Amino acid sequence: MNATAKASMGLKRRASDDRYWSRLGPVGWLFEVLKYALLLVLAVSYMLPFYWMFTSALKDDPQVFTVPPRWIPSPAHWNHFYDAWVSQDFNLYFVNTVVKYAVPVTIGAVVSCAIVAYGFARPRWPGRNLLFALCLATMMVPGQVTMVPLFITFRKLGWVGTYLPLIVPAFFGDAYFIFLLRQFFRTIPAELSDAARIDGASEWVILSRIILPLAKPALTVVALFRFMNAWNDYFGPLIYVNKKAQWPMALAIENMRGRLYEVGTKPLHYPYLMAVSAMAALPILIAFFFAQRTFIEGITLTGIKG
Amino acid sequence: MAFTLSRPRSAPLTRTDRREMTVGLILVSPWLLGFILWTVYPLAASIYYSLTRYDLLTPPVFIGLGNYREVFTSVDVALVAKNTLWWVALSAPLGVVSAFLMASLLNTRIMGRSVFRAIFFFPSIVPAVVTAMVWQFLLNAQYGAINATLSALGLSTIPFLSSPTVVKPTLVLIHMWAQGSAMVIFLATLQDVPKSLYDAAMIDGANAFRRFWHVTVPMCSPVVLFNLVMGFIAGFQYFTMPWLLTQGGPNRATEFYALYLYRNAFLFLRMGKAAALAWLLFIVVVTFTVILFRTSGRWVYYSGEAD
Repeated sequence: MNATAKASMGLKRRASDDRYWSRLGPVGWLFEVLKYALLLVLAVSYMLPFYWMFTSALKDDPQVFTVPPRWIPSPAHWNHFYDAWVSQDFNLYFVNTVVKYAVPVTIGAVVSCAIVAYGFARPRWPGRNLLFALCLATMMVPGQVTMVPLFITFRKLGWVGTYLPLIVPAFFGDAYFIFLLRQFFRTIPAELSDAARIDGASEWVILSRIILPLAKPALTVVALFRFMNAWNDYFGPLIYVNKKAQWPMALAIENMRGRLYEVGTKPLHYPYLMAVSAMAALPILIAFFFAQRTFIEGITLTGIKG
Repeated sequence: MAFTLSRPRSAPLTRTDRREMTVGLILVSPWLLGFILWTVYPLAASIYYSLTRYDLLTPPVFIGLGNYREVFTSVDVALVAKNTLWWVALSAPLGVVSAFLMASLLNTRIMGRSVFRAIFFFPSIVPAVVTAMVWQFLLNAQYGAINATLSALGLSTIPFLSSPTVVKPTLVLIHMWAQGSAMVIFLATLQDVPKSLYDAAMIDGANAFRRFWHVTVPMCSPVVLFNLVMGFIAGFQYFTMPWLLTQGGPNRATEFYALYLYRNAFLFLRMGKAAALAWLLFIVVVTFTVILFRTSGRWVYYSGEAD
């Protein structure tokens, strides 16, 4: 699009905006005001917990235990973020979460789901749709039903206390991500893969040379969501990762909270707890800030009826 | 969604068919193997374990339907079932309502839509542990932001997490606050509603409310169904928030089915009873989903459907 076209579009939009505002009667204006008031009130209340978390992290105990609450910490103890982090072995818990859990499951999910989703999306074979329906139906099975026998199996294998019970299944595909990728693969023109097939390319070559390079946005969504699920996961580690040296961030934070209620605790537990919580939410905030589009498009891809 | 086999079942498979099927099956084999290992086997094993007494330390002892008898006569199970049904019945519809209203608000002509969308979306992707820690402190009876403000104003405080009657609505509010993904799905759907429908309704003299009720709502009903089903399935398994916020208290008001199941399996080491509880949950979830889909024909409108 050239500069003049852009400029004229801008002008056109502004003109229609002007018309919109000038056409508003008194009732229309009242609605506009109410709408923005409602939006602002909602936005403030949605953000309130995060504001409270962040500011509480900067407070000292006298500022925490005060009525009325202090909305702006003064003095603000910025060192709490560092102090809280080193008050427990959060370096270790961070490495555990990322290296031992999030990265392996992300690799497993992307690789396995891409292959399976392609098998369900492109080649035509008898029974494909039936199996795909079965795959979708597994989303209905509550985790609690498979939890008990799987725990017993993993315990026999000696995997309890490690991340293996959470990592290994990730390499076998996941219905939700398979569905997401399949939806995306089907938007890639069939002519591309058909042409390659006529040239004698195997399905594997078609997948790795044609489909996957075109599907980078969708693969990013899977990687992002799966990494985030692992980073946010509490229930999986709660069941399987019961050794302190193996804990992920989630379990370490919960443990820190548990000691808030011990008799004769050290001061500063609330600020420290809030500081660590803020730091656990920070990677999510950063990821969201840079990849808002990816988040939104990824969710949209699964939500529209398939 | 209609699933049809790609050829009549009676026709024999040709050689190309067989070759294509091999390729297809190889491609989906990771999922197929995983399906057997992580779904079919555990489902079957669960039935077996549900008929035994098993504490992980000594070998399982077959006790027939003993676990089921215990579950059906237990007052504890009656309590958690009641709590869970209350939760599901409120959280799933109210979650959908919250997401839908937020999306509708964002879909009007507003400045800074992407900023508001980001703000409403963000709570749903923050780690549950963080959310729980923050809400617990924010709702603290004495020094939490809300109650400290109320008592400074001389008003009576709200026992958000410490009163058995208030705690469930509190959890519903937290749930409605974290509806980002559903909201995004609704927003995308709303933006897909053809403008011509609104124009036609306007010409027919429909006011804003009628346009919303007769155009927007029917056009979004398939997505309402989708989110409702997801909400129900998740609601029956609701664990992390009550576990972290209240541990099932006060006075067991938030002792939901999944918490009870977890306690039986991993704290009391009653694997057999836990397996029985899990199977009952499975049956309930499947029944619920099927009923929802079956009855949905009456209120869900599919615009793309020709037949």
